[in-house]
Parts: sequence; structure tokens; C-alpha cells
Amino acid sequence: MEIIKKAQAGSFESSDILILAEKPKDTKGRVIQLNSIVEKQYGEMILKTVSKVLDEFEVADIHLVIHDKGALTTVIQARMETVLLRASNNQKGTMY
Amino acid sequence: MKQKRRTMLYIPGNNPAMLIHGGTYGADSLLLDLEDSVALEQKDSARILVKNVLKNINFYDAEVCVRINHLDTPFGMEDLKEIIPLKPDAIRYPKTETIEDLKRLVTVMEEIEDQHEISHDEIKIHIMIETALGVQNVFEIAKLCHRLDAITIGGQDLTADMNIKSTKDGSGIDLARKMIVMAAKANKIDAIDTVFVDIDDEEGLRKETEKSKNLGFTGKAVINPRQIDIVHEVYTPTEQEIRKAYKIYKEFKKKRTEGIGVFAVDGKMVDAPVVARAKYTLELAHINLQEI
Repeated sequence: MEIIKKAQAGSFESSDILILAEKPKDTKGRVIQLNSIVEKQYGEMILKTVSKVLDEFEVADIHLVIHDKGALTTVIQARMETVLLRASNNQKGTMY
Repeated sequence: MKQKRRTMLYIPGNNPAMLIHGGTYGADSLLLDLEDSVALEQKDSARILVKNVLKNINFYDAEVCVRINHLDTPFGMEDLKEIIPLKPDAIRYPKTETIEDLKRLVTVMEEIEDQHEISHDEIKIHIMIETALGVQNVFEIAKLCHRLDAITIGGQDLTADMNIKSTKDGSGIDLARKMIVMAAKANKIDAIDTVFVDIDDEEGLRKETEKSKNLGFTGKAVINPRQIDIVHEVYTPTEQEIRKAYKIYKEFKKKRTEGIGVFAVDGKMVDAPVVARAKYTLELAHINLQEI
């Protein structure tokens, strides 16, 4: 899947996660910036979930900025799926 | 025993905090909402979130329904495609106005179910009546298909459709409430009353719920977990009612073996309708009729 535009999904609300995605500017590969209220305890797990979704969608080049407010894995997966579909212009059934 | 639906709690489909805690609030039924509580530009986001939550979150004993968008919108079809494979207990269809509306929903659901090898009996359908046209047609709609399991009146949209004010006494939608209950009862399905929007008015909620119960509604939709206990209190039989029902049902079983259909308990005549009411009371109290 190719990232063709800037997109975001999620929110700053508690138990949610805000993810911004765009094509990396001057580099190739995955650039992930994580900011989480539970980074010390769960930072690694969050990054693992994010990477897993990127693998599933076969995304090679992406810049992600992530602000986590204590989202569960299932919420992180959902927000990742949403932002990737939006950023690749593959979203369906929406006015986004 | 039939699923109790004293309360149906609306949970906005794009609200992770409420969705993940849904099963802990204690409502009999949960309505994961993809329709009115979700902004137009977040429809995809809510749909994907609800899909993931259905896959991974335990809702314990609560019935799980998903309110999709109408098939006339750009969202309804995609909602069904994503949600049906996850087999929620029911799909709730908003703004049902005609039998054609319901037929179209059933056709689309069956097509998706066939693709995923899901039986046509597994997922129930709940409809919402929230326009004057829907009220006018509710008797025809209610008897259309065996999958229809509950009818809900959408009070806010109905008052808007009728161009009347939404008042606390609900006088403007009184006839609609009664017609919907009659249509549901005539087809042995549940009738669910509309929400009470003033979350801080607990006494008002209690009064309206008592009115709903007296009209024949099976339960009430709620918009805040704080409203659940009040509605349950109204819909749960009191100890005195349970004792009376128990006595009636026990006597009924005894008399039945003697071939007697009409008898007296505490000096009052008991016949088939009284027994049916007693049975319903005991079921609401989770009492196993076989053990009486």
C-alpha cells in the first residue's frame, strides 16, 4: 500500500490514540514518532502493534506521528487501519 | 428463556472508552452506534473501531446490537459488509418507514450472510420507527419477517418529523408509542421505548419508565450508564410481585394435573391470562419455571 496523502485518525480522548500519517519527505522506510502517557510500560507493545498493522497493509514508506492516551491494542489496530486507508485514498463509506 | 431487554444502552461507535467498557455497565443490551452519534467525516473510523471491538472485547452477558446507517446513505452498505461477518446479536435499522425498507435490508443482509456462510437466522433485526410514515405502516412492517425481534420508537426524530416540540410528558408521540407497542405485541416481539434525554432528572426518568412499562414496552433505550439502574428497578418485579406470581404458577401446575383451568388464589380468580402474566413476572426474576 502506498501512502499518497496526509491523513489522521483517532483523538486525544482518554483510551484513544491520535495517529497522523504522511509520506516520508526525504527518506525511505518507516519513521515512527511515539508519544504516550504509558510509554515506559507499554511503548514497545504499541510500536509492535503499529508495525504489525503496517506489515499487514504492506506499507514500506511512511512517517507516523502517534499520540497515545492509553488505547488498548484493539483500538490502536482500528486507528491504524483507518489512517492507512485514508492516507492511501482507499477509505470507503465515509465523507472524510 | 428469552433475552431480557429492560435497558438498551447507546454507545457512540467512535468512542473507545465507552466501547471497551460496554459490558461492564450492566445494561441488558448494548447498541454500538454507527448512525446519529457519529460525525459524517468519522463514519469509516467508527465502523473500523466497532469491527475491532466486536472481534476482541468481551461484553459478558449483554446482548450486542449495532445500529447501522440507512441504506439510502453512502454509509449503510459498507456498515453491513463490515459488521455482518462479525455476527452481532442484532442489526438495528434506523428510520424504517415501509415494508420495502425492511425487505431491502433483509435482502442485503442475506447476500452478505451467504458470502460468509452465516445462517439467515443467526442475526436478529431490530427496527426503529421514527417518522410519521413509519408509524402509519408499523403494523404491516412488524409482521413482515421472522428475523424482526424488536421495534423501537425514536422519539427525537419522530418529533422532528412531526414538527412538534419534544416535551417531557411525551404527549405529541403518545399515539405513536401505543401503535408501536400494539404492532410489536401482535407479533410477539419486543417494543423498546425511546430515550429520556435529561440525564440529571432521575425522577423524570423513573416516571417516564413507569409510563412505558404500563403502556406495554418491554424496555427502554438509555443514553447514559447512570440511567440503567433506575430503568431496571422499574422493570424488575418486586419481591411481593414475585411471591404472588410464584404462588399462582405453583397452583396452576397443580390444578393443570387435575384438569382444572380456572381456580382461585387468595380469593381471586386465576385463568389463562393471569397465569401468563405470572409466568412473565417469574421469567423477569430469572426463576426457572421447571423447578416450581
